[in-house]
Amino acid sequence: MDGSEQALPEGSSAGILESVSGFVKELRNAGIPVSLTENLDAVEALRHVPLEDRDAFKYALAATMVKNNAHWKTFETVFEVYFSLRGREYRIGDNDGADDTDDLLSSLIGSAQSDGQGSAEGLTQEQLAEMLLRALMDGNDSMLRAIARTAVSRYAGMEPGRPVGGTYYLYRTLRQLDLEAIMAKMMEQAGRTDPARSDLEERLTREDFEHRIDALRREIEAEIRRRLVADRGAEAVAKSVRKPLPEDVDFMHASREELAALRKAITPLTRKLAVRLARKRRHGRKGPLDFRSTVRHSLSYGGVPADPRFRYPRPSKPEIMVIADISGSVAAFARFTLQMVYAISSQFSRVRSFVFIDGIDEVTDYFKQTEDISAAIARINTEADVIWVDGHSDYGHAFEAFWDRWGRDVNPKTTVLLLGDARNNYHASQTWVLAEIAKKARHVYWLNPEPRSYWDTGDSIVGQYSAHCDGAYECRNLKQLERFVEHLG
Amino acid sequence: MTAISPTRFESPGAVREGLASVSYLANEGIAGVVFLAERLGKPVLVEGPAGTGKTQLAKSVAEMTGSRLIRLQCYEGLDESKALYEWNYKKQLLRIQAERITQADGETWSDIEDDIFSEPFLMTRPLLEAIRAQDPVVLLIDEVDRVEVETEALLLEILSDYQVSIPELGTVEATQIPLVFLTSNNTRELSEALKRRCLFLHIDYPDVEREKQIVLTRVPGITDSLADQVVRIVRSIRGLDLKKAPSVSETLDWARTLVLLGIQSVDSQTATETLHILLKYQTDIDKAAKDLAGSSSSKR
Repeated sequence: MDGSEQALPEGSSAGILESVSGFVKELRNAGIPVSLTENLDAVEALRHVPLEDRDAFKYALAATMVKNNAHWKTFETVFEVYFSLRGREYRIGDNDGADDTDDLLSSLIGSAQSDGQGSAEGLTQEQLAEMLLRALMDGNDSMLRAIARTAVSRYAGMEPGRPVGGTYYLYRTLRQLDLEAIMAKMMEQAGRTDPARSDLEERLTREDFEHRIDALRREIEAEIRRRLVADRGAEAVAKSVRKPLPEDVDFMHASREELAALRKAITPLTRKLAVRLARKRRHGRKGPLDFRSTVRHSLSYGGVPADPRFRYPRPSKPEIMVIADISGSVAAFARFTLQMVYAISSQFSRVRSFVFIDGIDEVTDYFKQTEDISAAIARINTEADVIWVDGHSDYGHAFEAFWDRWGRDVNPKTTVLLLGDARNNYHASQTWVLAEIAKKARHVYWLNPEPRSYWDTGDSIVGQYSAHCDGAYECRNLKQLERFVEHLG
Repeated sequence: MTAISPTRFESPGAVREGLASVSYLANEGIAGVVFLAERLGKPVLVEGPAGTGKTQLAKSVAEMTGSRLIRLQCYEGLDESKALYEWNYKKQLLRIQAERITQADGETWSDIEDDIFSEPFLMTRPLLEAIRAQDPVVLLIDEVDRVEVETEALLLEILSDYQVSIPELGTVEATQIPLVFLTSNNTRELSEALKRRCLFLHIDYPDVEREKQIVLTRVPGITDSLADQVVRIVRSIRGLDLKKAPSVSETLDWARTLVLLGIQSVDSQTATETLHILLKYQTDIDKAAKDLAGSSSSKR
């Protein structure tokens, strides 16, 4: 960022304090825990950084208040909203403003091509696309930023006071720019300049371009946000762009990007969980006094039992059976649970997994054959024999089939996990199976990805099943799932 | 707090230049946080994937400021006698024994007690040493996530007040505020109390430009075009869904290998053959090899 841009609204330090306290409030609303001392630290830190240095300002706030990297994205969004660039050119629907950015653009063009022809007002859509193509090919950041501004002011059609979210404008802008076509053109041009390049080289070039296009998209998004803030004020916008933190994202309603983020978040989470459980097992398990060992060790103290020895019990490792519904809506939930259970499978003597829709199949081998959990899950989705009649969930039949085929494997060391929303499509419930399992197994738990208030509404019969379980838990997000799995280990 | 260390840094930019002069290429975030740490006299908690230069940061800061680096390597079971201080118990025993033999008169038990719990019998461990140091020091507490939650509490007094309480001697206060870096590989969540006392810095894999600069400074004899190719391939591999993505140090190893082999430009065959330097799991290697080989057809 260059120094001419202002990070803060004009005003004294009181203005800064006000902005910061609004900012902190929004961080807390978004779910980031900011303590009072951290807030004070942030204010103290701001005294030391030059305010015109926007990056330093941002990192000062981040270092003092955001202590978890998973929260970084949320922080960045809130930061953009509260401390975005403000000034005349961001007034929406103000024609002068639009000209301003066009002027900026034309001055940039002027510096780029020395013949200095034409200002940006005269640019046609084709010319703009042409310039965008060139800026992307060269990786010219300042040019891209200017183009993003112009594109937003031209294509987004933002109207002051209109209470729509930024995604609507983003969609409109991107549709006009047609980045897919530009990508194709870029690859074609790159191919022309170097026809003899290898596959590897082509792949690398494509990735370069993809990164630049992503950067452009982010730039457009930021630009839209800035304009929204200028129009409606930081608080209103912050509210409309607020998104749950990764650990709070609901499995059932996660968007595609959120699912991707979840998949990324789950790996470190499982690693942490495994370490924690292994530690719990090694420590804090006091057994009864080991008399023999105590006497033996007392010899080095002249027969005084100064160093009492204890018998450390061999930790019992439970055997886990996971029975998961993998029909459409709850599939994502089953996937995360299976992934978590397998990540800590060293804590159990054995893990067996079964999946069902209306038929049921054992899929333990899929996990055994590969270390790669996503490959295993892909195989489950294509190969497991889980459809009996019509491919609509039938818990009753699946449980019955489970009891027939694997019921005798359930023993007093087994912990059975049942995953699903218990939406049985009004089939017979066959709760006797669960009663039988509960009689034989050590524990039976039901994990339900639906909010508790939806349980037993419509065709959900989780109440009938959970009557036979040791516990039924709501498991809507990673946080809840992690808590449960820890309790299990 | 007793004394404020003289301000060593002018601005985040100066920190960045200083670090660059000892061949550590920092981004704005790293430089900004180091600058703040020094100004506010607060410890820095550095987190991030393995092999992204967390420990190196502390070393480089020490080198840049000409300070002594005191390092405490954390491990499970670390306790205060290893981290803070310990009474030299054998020496104390000898002292008492010597007392009995010489039978010096007039000395009461309390004299002896005062004597054996004094400086000559104290063995300082890294934390106390950093507090008592007269010369400028940088304290590195490495892999703090390995100690138990209970041991973590040991650090709190030092990190917030820069002092150590020894029951027999009283409180030892720092003569100067050392720069403290704690690194964590994030194998467990650190306690809120610890996090609250620290500035937080997450070091991620660097972007292409920075990584290229790192390769150019750290690998002698590498050409610009090869470095460029190396970092772009590494980025591409990091994009895959792997058990362990290649770290910066592995990138450097790979670049060094390529230079040693006299390779001018990487094609997919060379890349596949040398993948085992970048990746450490067989499943990852297979996956990356497959992906690099079929790069033209697999994507879109």
